[in-house]
Amino acid sequence: MNQRPADTVAFSMAAPLAGPAPEVAVSNDMVKRGLWVAPVLIAVCGLVWGADGAWSCAYAIAIVLVNFALASGIVAVTARISLQLMMASILLGYLVRLGLIFLAVYLVKDADWISLPALGATIIFTHLGLLVWELKYVAISLAYPGLKPKSTQPNTHSIARQ
Amino acid sequence: MEAIVRLIAATAPVQTPDEIKAANAAIGAGFAYGLAAIGPGIGIGFVVGKAIEAMARQPEAAGMVRTTMFLGIAFTEALALIGFVVFILLGL
Repeated sequence: MNQRPADTVAFSMAAPLAGPAPEVAVSNDMVKRGLWVAPVLIAVCGLVWGADGAWSCAYAIAIVLVNFALASGIVAVTARISLQLMMASILLGYLVRLGLIFLAVYLVKDADWISLPALGATIIFTHLGLLVWELKYVAISLAYPGLKPKSTQPNTHSIARQ
Repeated sequence: MEAIVRLIAATAPVQTPDEIKAANAAIGAGFAYGLAAIGPGIGIGFVVGKAIEAMARQPEAAGMVRTTMFLGIAFTEALALIGFVVFILLGL
């Protein structure tokens, strides 16, 4: 086992994570790509489900992108405070974000312009599609996802030692 | 006893087959969303727990671990979203 000796690691769960937040870079990449493909998705949904489908598709894309941004924001902010808070906020944030998605859909479910099949299909397709697209870059680069490594800079991520 | 039965019959709404079908769909949708949210909840907890363990063992790899953790969370959450979509299509 390649473990550090216990006396050399003064790790604390209450310690913050120093360095830039990679999840924000991931989220920004996915939002950018989502905005690029949004017109295509909206056009496809418009062809299949009509104008209602196009509006619903746009709304679903907005839900997915805001969900990604919110998730990364929660991780980035709480990681600067402590790992304990990060874990708690990720788990609680999961419930809160599901609740927000439910609320966002519930508020418009009876609207004239909503098409629930288009909304549901777009949520799943956009969420999974953007993730797979991003995963490709992460797997290839093994560095900051979606962004080319700028140089041979050493990894600056570290856990602040107390 | 007969009076109670008559009272229940008087107060209970008459349900048509369509209403019964809609009620069953709503119950099914509720179960679909609820059950679909449990698994990802456990999965996200597992992913984050292991990621923190990894960061504790190798602090210099924290950036990569956080990236992988975030993607893992998002993939796991996709299962809950699929359950949610089933929910909105069935009974919202």
